[in-house]
Amino acid sequence: MAWFKRETKSIDVGEEKKTIPEGLWQKCEECKAPVWRQEIEENDHVCPKCGHHYTVGAMERLDSLFDGDWEELDGALRATDPLRFVAAKSYSDTLDRIGGGPGPREAVVCGAGRIGGFEAVVAAMEYGFIGGSMGSVVGEKITRAVERAVERRAALVIVSCSGGARMQEGVLSLMQMAKVSAALARLDREKLPYISVLTHPTTGGVLASFAMLGDLNIAEPGALIGFAGPRVIEQTIRQKLPDGFQRSEFLRDHGMVDAIVERKEMKPYLVRALKFFLG
Amino acid sequence: MRETGDAADGPLQALERELHELAGGSGDAGAGGRIEELRSEIRQLRQDMFQRMTAYDKVRLARHPDRPYFLDYVDAIFDEFEEWHGDRNFADDPAIVAGFAFYKQRPVCLVGQQKGRDTKQRKFRNFGMPHPEGYRKALRIMKLAEKFSRPVLTFIDTPGAYHGMGPEERGQAEAIAFNLREMAALRVPIVATVIGEGGSGGALAIGVADRVNMLQFSIYSVIAPESCSAILWRDQEHAAEAAEALKLTPEDLQRFDLIDEIVAEPDGGAHHSPDTMAETLASILDAQLLELDALPVDELLSGRYRKFRRMGEFGE
Repeated sequence: MAWFKRETKSIDVGEEKKTIPEGLWQKCEECKAPVWRQEIEENDHVCPKCGHHYTVGAMERLDSLFDGDWEELDGALRATDPLRFVAAKSYSDTLDRIGGGPGPREAVVCGAGRIGGFEAVVAAMEYGFIGGSMGSVVGEKITRAVERAVERRAALVIVSCSGGARMQEGVLSLMQMAKVSAALARLDREKLPYISVLTHPTTGGVLASFAMLGDLNIAEPGALIGFAGPRVIEQTIRQKLPDGFQRSEFLRDHGMVDAIVERKEMKPYLVRALKFFLG
Repeated sequence: MRETGDAADGPLQALERELHELAGGSGDAGAGGRIEELRSEIRQLRQDMFQRMTAYDKVRLARHPDRPYFLDYVDAIFDEFEEWHGDRNFADDPAIVAGFAFYKQRPVCLVGQQKGRDTKQRKFRNFGMPHPEGYRKALRIMKLAEKFSRPVLTFIDTPGAYHGMGPEERGQAEAIAFNLREMAALRVPIVATVIGEGGSGGALAIGVADRVNMLQFSIYSVIAPESCSAILWRDQEHAAEAAEALKLTPEDLQRFDLIDEIVAEPDGGAHHSPDTMAETLASILDAQLLELDALPVDELLSGRYRKFRRMGEFGE
């Protein structure tokens, strides 16, 4: 790119941080407008100015989709570091550190309850837990969720939010793709509905298994959805990717997702879809 | 990106040269004994070397440019292979070859990733990195096998599914995911063998099978060690450590109960004696097909489900 075309809009204005009280305000990462943090939170974590969808945690997601109370499934499953994986950091240290935090204990939370009166099992991924990556626990919990849907003849919804397979569990992670997909083959044969909800970001082995296998694949607006990460592709093809590449709208235009649905419309959208299929 | 040479070659070559010279020489009375000595020394040295090989040495061997590729096994083991092209949607992908052949007069379906031998072929085969069309073609031919009740044999040898704009536009992830689901339910026996590189989802997309084998010097990994190094260390310098950490050798996979059989390679690796390699592999495939033939379809499918269902390690 020529020097005179260089973009300047994202230059960080350090002054601003000092004048805005810590924690109460934030600059929207999309439109850069200063927004009251509470206003974003009360708006389902969507920027009230530009509609940018922020990542939402698994528990909150489940609360937003189920009719009322729901029961958590298999919440006790824990990763065990089977490879004794040590890189720059050791996996077991990472697990200890995150496990001691306030968030969910793994990168997916599964629940059973009702959506619009229909019995449903929902798995919602937690990006805050090692980038929502899929290791043995994620694969197992989602497989059990699928099997439970088959047993109870319930609908299945999986809300994906993940960087892909968890490297720290090596091929064990890779095989979770096959495990979950095999369970989905059974669900499909039982003629039960599976709606895959893709949120920012959904990439790699999660996209290349259950996230792309919905009877309906529904994406939130503006989400990054791709097999390979954009930087990896840019390195491979040695050119810059066009704006909007691998965003929800791009996937819809290329025939990979059925619809783009805003977060606040998601629940009524799922209810209507379940009425189409089961009502 | 090209990997050359056995990690283990070097001192071996000196002995081999001497052996070659002696064996090529005229009937020197003392040569016979020395030749035997050299042969056993070479054998011993090779064994020692392979015992000392690091995980990354094995990665390099799995990528060795002289290793037999899918079509070499097709030639060596099967008769009258007929390749069928295209996914009936967009294109033919030369990185995946699929068709039918006879094995001892019996029709079988063959699917495999194919790398190229020289620069031109490598480019044509895209280094064995398939596009979505390749995976869709693979499934199309496997569905033919299902329709006509023929067993499927797949041969895995890929650095991974291709990362590019075209694959993203045409649904690389969807193509892989769909194969995983459909192979899990395919109503004929499937045997998959990793013959070189088992590169992540791009490998698994033809790897959901009743029996999964790995050649002794093949690898199967969730990510290339170089990419793992780039992510976790933020440089490519730690690929060898990453290879160690990722536990990608056949012995590792067997320890976690992820594969059925490790297929022994000839001394020095498959490329030192491709015919012996093909023979060994053929006898294992033969036995596995026989076993799977005996199973009623429902048992076959529930067995396949259980096989992948139990994969994973966790606490509860």
